[in-house]
Amino acid sequence: MAAGATLITFDKVWKSYGQGEAKVHALAGVDLAIRRGEFVAIMGPSGSGKSTAMNIIGCLDTPTAGTYSFMGIDAGRLDRNRRAMLRNLYVGFVFQGYNLLARTTAAENVELPLIYRGVASRERRDLAMQALAEVGLVGREHHTPAELSGGQQQRVAIARAIVTRPTLLVADEPTGNLDTARTHEIMELLTRLNTELGLTIAMVTHEADVADYAERTIRFLDGHVASDTMKLEMAQ
Amino acid sequence: MIWETVRLSLRSIRRNVLRSFLTLLGIVIGVAAVIAMLTIGSGTTEKVKADISKLGSNLLVVRSGRPAGPGAPGGLDQVVRPLAEKDLAALVAHLTGARAISPASQKQVRVIFGTESLTSGVTGTDSAYLDARDWKLVSGRPFSDSETRSGTGVCLIGETVRQQFFGAGDPEGEIIRVNRTSCKIIGLLEPKGYTGFGQDQDNVVLMPLHAYQRRIAGNRDIDNIYIAADDRTPTSELQPRVEDILRDARRITPERESDFAIRDMTQIADAMASATTTMTGMLGAVAGVSLLVGGIGIMNIMLVSVTERTREIGIRLAIGAHEKHILIQFLVEATVLSLLGGIIGILIGLALAGLASVTLTIPFAPSPAVILLAVGFSALIGMVFGFFPALRGARLDPIDALRHE
Repeated sequence: MAAGATLITFDKVWKSYGQGEAKVHALAGVDLAIRRGEFVAIMGPSGSGKSTAMNIIGCLDTPTAGTYSFMGIDAGRLDRNRRAMLRNLYVGFVFQGYNLLARTTAAENVELPLIYRGVASRERRDLAMQALAEVGLVGREHHTPAELSGGQQQRVAIARAIVTRPTLLVADEPTGNLDTARTHEIMELLTRLNTELGLTIAMVTHEADVADYAERTIRFLDGHVASDTMKLEMAQ
Repeated sequence: MIWETVRLSLRSIRRNVLRSFLTLLGIVIGVAAVIAMLTIGSGTTEKVKADISKLGSNLLVVRSGRPAGPGAPGGLDQVVRPLAEKDLAALVAHLTGARAISPASQKQVRVIFGTESLTSGVTGTDSAYLDARDWKLVSGRPFSDSETRSGTGVCLIGETVRQQFFGAGDPEGEIIRVNRTSCKIIGLLEPKGYTGFGQDQDNVVLMPLHAYQRRIAGNRDIDNIYIAADDRTPTSELQPRVEDILRDARRITPERESDFAIRDMTQIADAMASATTTMTGMLGAVAGVSLLVGGIGIMNIMLVSVTERTREIGIRLAIGAHEKHILIQFLVEATVLSLLGGIIGILIGLALAGLASVTLTIPFAPSPAVILLAVGFSALIGMVFGFFPALRGARLDPIDALRHE
């Protein structure tokens, strides 16, 4: 789909760990922009800085130097609780290991972000059911994670991420634990959310065929952006 | 939000029944111990008070010898000038505010009826004695004034003496031998039971003072004078008047100490009651220490719980929980846990105290204040000992927490 206004901007973002000789730069002056509605795959070997970049994009982490702005807000300088609020309102997370609460039903897992928004119980239930329907899990609302397959668990996690109608979905290797068939189902679901809801998606992956679902691929290497390619350009 | 959190914490307690139970155990034992101790203690205090009031309320007891205190080891003088009938006469003539004044001399003496014998507390006294000691007759009559004056061989017996000699039968008119003299039973005393010190108050024979002095003691001494205050006069007011009259009667010059002692039974009752109250407090404090240990148990398990659920905390933080949400969640969980323990502990404590009151024959005296305090205290323990682990959870970095295995 056509990309809109700029959502995310990295302006010479540095992220460093340690002191003096032992100082390591996970990100070394990265410049980057992602627009609303884009579906971006982020690739790179481990230690390339892609995870650090994803944490900053998801407002979980802040840069050591440089500016990270999210929706025009200088998110890198917000305190913990303000970033939590930002995440709660605008960001959905999908993880490789699903990260659902054990012994808690699918519906309750999906309701969780709404609790921290202060949504009333009945409305929460309705929204959760709706989100579960969107990911194709009607009839599984009262199953606990242990009673669901890996693909189904990831669908619950996606429902939990979209139940708040976020602007950005951050997916960290969402298909890393799934077989090929399940991988394609999940990727089709994400693509559909991107096109139908206009959800901006930033996804870390190792697999080229997973990255192929995205319109744009950013490769990290040694804390820099090594390449940034659009699928249409590649096709030309 | 709070209700939501309470429901959440109840669910997490249910998820791990065994561990929750073991965590509760410390608080349960602590609260049960405190409740049992305090309830049994206050029952004992009531029992002691009741026992002492059996001795007679608003009662002063005068005996010869110096009052207990420094310079008087054993509480009595080496050489004792006994109380005499002129002291009694002085009190009867001059003391105002007394309901009854009665002499009493007592000795453990062998009492015989037929082939049965019993060592009994034989007391020589007069007809005012029953009034002074709040003692009633089940049957028969008290000594007449003429019997008291002349020292006739008549007597009143207690329930234990009756049972020993006559079983359930009527003792009136029977003749018993006391020491080497005989006396006719003219009445039966109401049973008083045992004192708090295990003394049988019903193993007694009362006889006129003169008969006792002449035939049993062999002297003219009076061991004690019982003075019961009337309803308008507190014993504390009566005591100095008694002292003045007796010093006068015994011709004690102002610079010398009194050679007699006045004991105020009300004061003794209060002292005994306050002693048991202190004892109760001490036992309660010891039990309170175990409550503290229980609290540390809660802290320990909450720390384990926070570590175990690091990932869960990470998820919650990632999807928008604030520090305070996590803090409240674990704090509520600790509080609910220890409150639950507190309630179970109260039930067990009351059951123990109930059992003790049956076996020790003391009143069952549960105190609502103590129970409320226990509930409040156990909730407080949860909050205090849950705070540090909860804070630790709330302060976790979401990225590290999500990476936690």
